[in-house]
Amino acid sequence: MYKKGIYTVLSNEPLTPAVYRMVLEGDTQYITRSGQFINIELEGKFLRRPISVADYDATTITIIYKVVGRGTEQMREMKAGKQLDILTGLGNGFSTDNDAKRPLLVGGGVGVPPMYNLCKRLLAEGKHPTVVVGFNTREEVFYTEEFKALGVDVYCSTADGSMGTKGFVTDAIREEGIEFDYLYTCGPLPMLKALYDATEVEAEFSFEERMGCGFGGCMGCTCKTKYGYKRICKEGPVLKRDEIIW
Amino acid sequence: MVKHYDTTVELSGVKLDNPIIPASGTFGFGREFAEFYNLDCLGAISIKGTTRDARFGNPTPRIAECTAGLINSVGLQNPGIDKVIAEELPALRQIFHKPIVANISGFSLDEYEECCAKIDKEEQVEIIEVNVSCPNVHNGGMSFGTQPEAAAEVTRRVKAVTKKPVYIKLSPNVTDIVAIARACEEAGADGICLINTLLGMRIDTMRRRPVIANKMGGFSGDAIFPVAVRMVYQVANACKIPVMGCGGVSSASDVIEMMMAGATAVQVGAANLKNPYAAKEIVEALPREMERLGIERLSDIIGIVK
Repeated sequence: MYKKGIYTVLSNEPLTPAVYRMVLEGDTQYITRSGQFINIELEGKFLRRPISVADYDATTITIIYKVVGRGTEQMREMKAGKQLDILTGLGNGFSTDNDAKRPLLVGGGVGVPPMYNLCKRLLAEGKHPTVVVGFNTREEVFYTEEFKALGVDVYCSTADGSMGTKGFVTDAIREEGIEFDYLYTCGPLPMLKALYDATEVEAEFSFEERMGCGFGGCMGCTCKTKYGYKRICKEGPVLKRDEIIW
Repeated sequence: MVKHYDTTVELSGVKLDNPIIPASGTFGFGREFAEFYNLDCLGAISIKGTTRDARFGNPTPRIAECTAGLINSVGLQNPGIDKVIAEELPALRQIFHKPIVANISGFSLDEYEECCAKIDKEEQVEIIEVNVSCPNVHNGGMSFGTQPEAAAEVTRRVKAVTKKPVYIKLSPNVTDIVAIARACEEAGADGICLINTLLGMRIDTMRRRPVIANKMGGFSGDAIFPVAVRMVYQVANACKIPVMGCGGVSSASDVIEMMMAGATAVQVGAANLKNPYAAKEIVEALPREMERLGIERLSDIIGIVK
């Protein structure tokens, strides 16, 4: 179930030079799973901007976004009190109704945010998640402290070695000898593919695609899976290991 | 007493409560929009373009944003005519109780004929909209809609296999829209629907490559509204058959403008993707706009501008 509503910006602050965290106030009842996204209308932009939900509670939604173009540049300038027209409750999100006891959560770059609410949810369900985050360089790293504050082990990789394991998230997983029985991940496509190849456990991968509407109306973001065509915005963005065609 | 504003219109004997029809390809088979609102407020719905066989469509990215619009290159993704008839139409009938317009595409005359013959047997379909104007598939779609004789031939073949009203959906990517519309009328078309999308292209200047995987796609949205009004006006003045106007409509004011240009009904396309409530909000705004402009009966203004 998804709905359109008006949301008010409570805060909007930088986490790194390019990555911002925005907290929005409004109706959150349509968000039911970690890994879902919202679609934000911006002035002068024809298409909404789909952004994953990093966290939410009864009255607020937290999103973390990277400034990559005109739309996100506009978002960066927004001040508290600004009202936005947003669709919420979009996408399938991650499932947690499985037998996993030690799930591994891997986020790459702006794929890290949806892992935060997922981590909280898994902890609340009595599971023991471990988190691995990957970035290019130390200056881009965000949210390691927030994950630690949840009481989980957090490992970091940077491509240039300026923080944590030098290399990719797969290097960190191997170097730290992390044991896990389920994998959740979100990040750039090469990272998702590397994780798919490097692991064998049941896994859920969150994908990205250019979207038109964000709610399944336009067929703009369809991909092929082993179980037929799926819309990244509607049946996705999360696909399970056994259905993915690379 | 509140004044009554009559929004009803009639397309080839099919009565619509109002002229608002979500355009094919922007509304799926209604299901996604029914989660937002009760679809019965709409005049009719034009379903996702259907072909004989199931199609995945084009590779992604299929979408590129533009100023006041977007380019799509979906490429007629659809489950195929048999599945549409067996599954999608009955499902739509559960959530929508007003006229359904079936949009049919093809890659050959035989395919158009076969699909329309199948749809002809479906009681739930009131109007067939024959798409000869999809810019996103090779050897089909638009190639039939850019030559008067080819468009006429599709019209004749389709008319021979159905008793339902046939509207030919035309492409704006032509030099003489009137010649094509007239050819369709002479071949027996019951109406014309226009315009489909304008062929467009965007380039990702950072990556130095087209944004859309298929390089080009169909441009729609507010930006094309003046082109659509112009073509509706030209065709409505040259033909006797009714016109469904389409292209960049995003407000009740646009609807009235397009009707004054000659449209009997008006399709709302890209606006649905930006605002899922767009078609409903336009329907609701119509009486206010009629009051503002001193219009009591909407059908009175069709083609009033000469």
